[in-house]
Amino acid sequence: MNPLRRIGAGLLDFCQQIGSIATFALVSIGRGLAGPWYPAQILRQMIDIGYYSLPVVGLTAIFTGMVLALQSYTGFARFEAESAVATIVVVSLTRELGPVLAGLMVAGRVGAAMAAELGTMRVTEQIDALTTLSTDPHRYLIFPRLLGGTLMLPLLVLVADIIGVFGGFVVGTSKLGFSPYTYIDQTLQYLETQDVVVGLVKAAVFGFIVTLMGCWNGYQSRGGAQGVGAATTRAVVTASIMILVFDYILTEIFFSR
Amino acid sequence: MTEAPAKIAIRGLQKSFGRKHVLRGLDLDVPAGSSVVVIGGSGTGKSVLLKCILGILQADQGSIRVDGSEVVGASGRDLEGIRHKFGMLFQGGALFDSLPVWENVTFGVRARQRIGRDEARRIAVENLGKVGLAADVADLMPAELSGGMQKRVGLARAVALEPEILFFDEPTTGLDPIMADVINDLIRSLTRAMGATALSITHDMASVRKIADYVAMLYEGRVIWYGRVEDLDRSGNDFVDQFIHGRAEGPITVGTR
Ligand SMILES: Nc1ncnc2c1ncn2[C@@H]1O[C@H](COP(=O)(O)OP(=O)(O)OP(=O)(O)O)[C@@H](O)[C@H]1O
Ligand SMILES: [Mg+2]
Repeated sequence: MNPLRRIGAGLLDFCQQIGSIATFALVSIGRGLAGPWYPAQILRQMIDIGYYSLPVVGLTAIFTGMVLALQSYTGFARFEAESAVATIVVVSLTRELGPVLAGLMVAGRVGAAMAAELGTMRVTEQIDALTTLSTDPHRYLIFPRLLGGTLMLPLLVLVADIIGVFGGFVVGTSKLGFSPYTYIDQTLQYLETQDVVVGLVKAAVFGFIVTLMGCWNGYQSRGGAQGVGAATTRAVVTASIMILVFDYILTEIFFSR
Repeated sequence: MTEAPAKIAIRGLQKSFGRKHVLRGLDLDVPAGSSVVVIGGSGTGKSVLLKCILGILQADQGSIRVDGSEVVGASGRDLEGIRHKFGMLFQGGALFDSLPVWENVTFGVRARQRIGRDEARRIAVENLGKVGLAADVADLMPAELSGGMQKRVGLARAVALEPEILFFDEPTTGLDPIMADVINDLIRSLTRAMGATALSITHDMASVRKIADYVAMLYEGRVIWYGRVEDLDRSGNDFVDQFIHGRAEGPITVGTR
């Protein structure tokens, strides 16, 4: 087959996918906002995404903070700038690593679970059954998940930032010879509100991406257990890649702010 | 075709998935208050037909009128109104596996009107009683039920809404002959008691003879025979004869596609 033609077909397919994902998201948000609302579903998702992800995200954050402190010390010691360690730790965490790592962990934990749950509901006709029982699946299933992800990931990241800084603090004070006072002082001295806000905006976007990919792939799945498995994989892979792509885009938008 | 006015009138219905033409110009009338059974081989689009009538799948072409209202191309709100007339028993039961039996049974009722938990439980127990299930089943989860019990709960969920029209997608498949007969009796008595119009799908000839007033035979996306169940054995149609006697030889060829 003509390679150009194949590339063209692939590109068209890709654009079509993007279009249908966007439509899916807009329909869910539009209908979800219009109500009726399902507070119990929203609450369940918020707890599932926010609360039950805490251990995973916290563990990731604390070790990241500790490694950051060690590595940046190794680097900065070469030109006698060791005092920058605390600043580097907190800025990299809040602006970058907190949201990205939390996003990736939640993609693995929550995105996969959503795709599997919705995929199973799809292939066992539970989603069709919802429709026949006067319940819009977009309102009842999708919107609460999107809302939960978008609201809870910033909160998770806020916690992750604090835990990560604490990890850096532990290493800084116990291994690198910082006094607790100087470490905290240097952490706060150069930290700007912007750093935290940028991180939280990223987190909200990532939360939306993760839940959207989980929902969309699950909702579209076909063909029994195998289809659900494939949907789960796709949800995690696409969400992870999109997190990294959007991380760059958002960083560029907020660059030097 | 029949004396009673058509509750559901389908004309020239077409539905394809990609290159696969499933329904190719299907005509069918379901007379009000009667029970029509659709028979036909696996994969001939019987489930697709029901989903098109419910508006879960969008038909490509043709017309489906329910009490005179057009389903094909109807807006979301109109569709919701039309769906209020239907109750459906899905092929696999399609119970919501995250909810206990009683919440499954009253799901549709609670989506349509605000009622308290106690009232909902009472309605659930009442409808479970109609399908011969004891009140203590109400608190079990769907996964704890046998296949026959799941079918019955699905039946209770469909009739709890007291719909004007009931759809049964293979109500007896996968059940032992006695349980199948129990389900057939239930379908017969429940639809009679409610004065509902019924449209069912089955492969099970015993079930056809028990629940049908009229039979429609689906083949290659069209209804190739329609008539009273009493005339089934003298239809003079080779396709129908082959199907109802379950012969491998005849005009219907399997496995060529
Ligand atoms: N959502 C869908 N997307 C793509 N193809 C579909 C979809 N739903 C059904 N089909 C195809 O349409 C055809 C008819 O499916 P349908 O489920 O209506 O069969 P059926 O007559 O109910 O068979 P069975 O008796 O085995 O349940 C099948 O070949 C199936 O692959
Ligand atoms: Mg079917």
